[in-house]
Amino acid sequence: MLRLERRESTSKTFQIAISVLTVVLALVVVGILLYFFGVNPIEAYKEMFLWPFGNVYGFSDTLVKSIPITLAALGLIFPFQMRVWNIGAEGQFLMGAFGASLAALYIFPGLENRILMVLLVSMFGIIFGSLWAAIPGLMKAYLRADEIVSTIMLNYVALLWIDYLVYGPWKDPQGYNFPMTKFFPDAAWLPYFGQTQIHAGIIILPLAAFFAYYLTRLSPWGLKIKVIGDNEKTAWYAGINVNRELFVAMLLSGALAGLGGALHMMGAQHRLQHGFSAGYGYTAIIVAWLGKLNPWAVLIVGILFTGLLVGNEQLQIFFGIPISLIFVFQGVVLLGLLAGEILSRYRIKFARKGVGENA
Amino acid sequence: MKHRGFILLMVSLLLVAVVFGAKLKVAFVYVGPVGDAGWTYAHDMGRRHIEEVFGDQIETKFIESVPEGAESERVIRSLAAQGYDVIFTTSFGYMDATLNVAKQFPKTKFLHCSGYKTYTNMSAYFGRMYEPRYLSGLIAGVMTKSNKIGYVAAHPIPEVIRGINAFALGVKAVNPEAKVYVVWSNTWYDPATEKEAAISLLNAGCDVITQHQDSPAPQQAAQEYGAYSIGYNSDMSVFAPKAYLTAPVWNWGVYYEKVIREVLNGTWKSENFWGGMDTGVVDLGPMTDLVPAGTQNLVNAVKQAIIAKKFHPFTGPIYDQEGKLRIPAGEVASDEMLLSMDWFVDNVVGTIPK
Repeated sequence: MLRLERRESTSKTFQIAISVLTVVLALVVVGILLYFFGVNPIEAYKEMFLWPFGNVYGFSDTLVKSIPITLAALGLIFPFQMRVWNIGAEGQFLMGAFGASLAALYIFPGLENRILMVLLVSMFGIIFGSLWAAIPGLMKAYLRADEIVSTIMLNYVALLWIDYLVYGPWKDPQGYNFPMTKFFPDAAWLPYFGQTQIHAGIIILPLAAFFAYYLTRLSPWGLKIKVIGDNEKTAWYAGINVNRELFVAMLLSGALAGLGGALHMMGAQHRLQHGFSAGYGYTAIIVAWLGKLNPWAVLIVGILFTGLLVGNEQLQIFFGIPISLIFVFQGVVLLGLLAGEILSRYRIKFARKGVGENA
Repeated sequence: MKHRGFILLMVSLLLVAVVFGAKLKVAFVYVGPVGDAGWTYAHDMGRRHIEEVFGDQIETKFIESVPEGAESERVIRSLAAQGYDVIFTTSFGYMDATLNVAKQFPKTKFLHCSGYKTYTNMSAYFGRMYEPRYLSGLIAGVMTKSNKIGYVAAHPIPEVIRGINAFALGVKAVNPEAKVYVVWSNTWYDPATEKEAAISLLNAGCDVITQHQDSPAPQQAAQEYGAYSIGYNSDMSVFAPKAYLTAPVWNWGVYYEKVIREVLNGTWKSENFWGGMDTGVVDLGPMTDLVPAGTQNLVNAVKQAIIAKKFHPFTGPIYDQEGKLRIPAGEVASDEMLLSMDWFVDNVVGTIPK
């Protein structure tokens, strides 16, 4: 018989081992499937890693894609640490992109000072991202509404809101009635590094990681949310206002996702259009867990995991692998993480039946 | 020892480059899965066509389900950077991305489907799908008994609106009483949503269903409800044999063959191609036996008239839903009007979000 027994503590090595094993497991499972597709898995994985990490174009595009994903993942550290499951980073990212477009196209379109423009557009991204997280935050804190459901639902609301705008009032009048806004004014385009596509938004990544590190590891607030995460009742007894901290954690989470939205708009996308997000906010959830909610680990995992996704595309191009296999890969990673989460909190005991027991 | 491995790798890469270097490398970027039986499937048929025609002279690759916007730019750039000579990007939302990469890789040839931007090394290409749409409208107008025809439509963009209007004008030509009911699905490809949209139209009394969608789900819904159906993109008869009448179809192979031939001959130039039934890029697929012989004859006659440029589906007088005269009697819609169409003709029931 199998029995789960709660662990007293988990070592850091064990935690890292789970993340690494999960990815290895996913690679093995997909490798087996690749084999059945008639593709040599070793060859395939070589292509998959060489493009994002061994080629200038591949690497710069990987970094660009990793910016919104990693920022959202860093934001998720706060609520996840207190065991509040914000699944709404996607919607918060989209609302950040909306806020950025509102600022760049409709509030300050004539502003020519690039620094001021970038700051204002970023501010609007942060504000709308955090407002979008504030709704489920308040509902959870004061109405006990399940945050998983409310955050997921709000993702769809955000998506439909953007669609409404690009199909309707925000449609580019010169765009032959296609569902896109105008381009951002020049001042709201982030500069690139040299000839690459890497935009200035990349600078924010280490700063945001430090911000998350400071808040969770060095500040008294970090201690509070850790206590809440360990046991909510203890936190209340210790005099911590759990509701307020929960709300703050959600705000911070939305703020970083929203900032990611603003930077993605200014650095890569430059206009709102239907269907422009490839689920960055959902990928961020996997990244936050793979990084075990450690800000520096999340920063590195964000780039590595994005590289895997970008590399996956090479499998399609070179070997004609259907896209569904790529979804299998991500699915296995998520499953492995969930299984690993249980393993890291519980140990499995093989309980033998006692001598005196009758079957 | 590490160096030896590296040198071996480089030598083998070089060998690969020499062996395959002679081939023209052609890549396709798709918005849906190749198995969608619709839009992407039709493009992939075109890809397979050129593989057959040119054999060893070319090598083709494709990448499916690529999101629009900045995501697609990354994919297109990766193809250009890896030495693909000709890159077809087959969704409207890839337009800016294709242009950005085209500027970055001036030696690569880019062809973007369904947009309006071109560059020295980037063509825009599309087909006058409204011509076969009009023909399918003639059939729907004859077949309906309830005088209610359902149209499951993806997104309210000019391409789709133009198709709805052409279809409705075809209906009106043979049956002035019939109305075309439009439901927006807000998705190009989502079989479940497409089917639900079709069922809502069937429940409202529509007895012919057509679609601007990429899956055959609306066809199947029509068959389940004992109605008739008109498909889109490719021949969908196998999905609803008891309902299916015909479908306006894409023959991308015709255009892809022309492009590749020009590239191989060194005569390719960037262009803005918008071909009608006369080029073969668009056509009305075979009509099934459910369509009466007399109707088939009528459709074929009108088709010949369109091909011979004796008839244009958008010939005035054409009024919009508010009764405003959009195209005066005897005049024909300009290409610019067709390309930016954002109003419905008067026998369409439905609204365009503003």
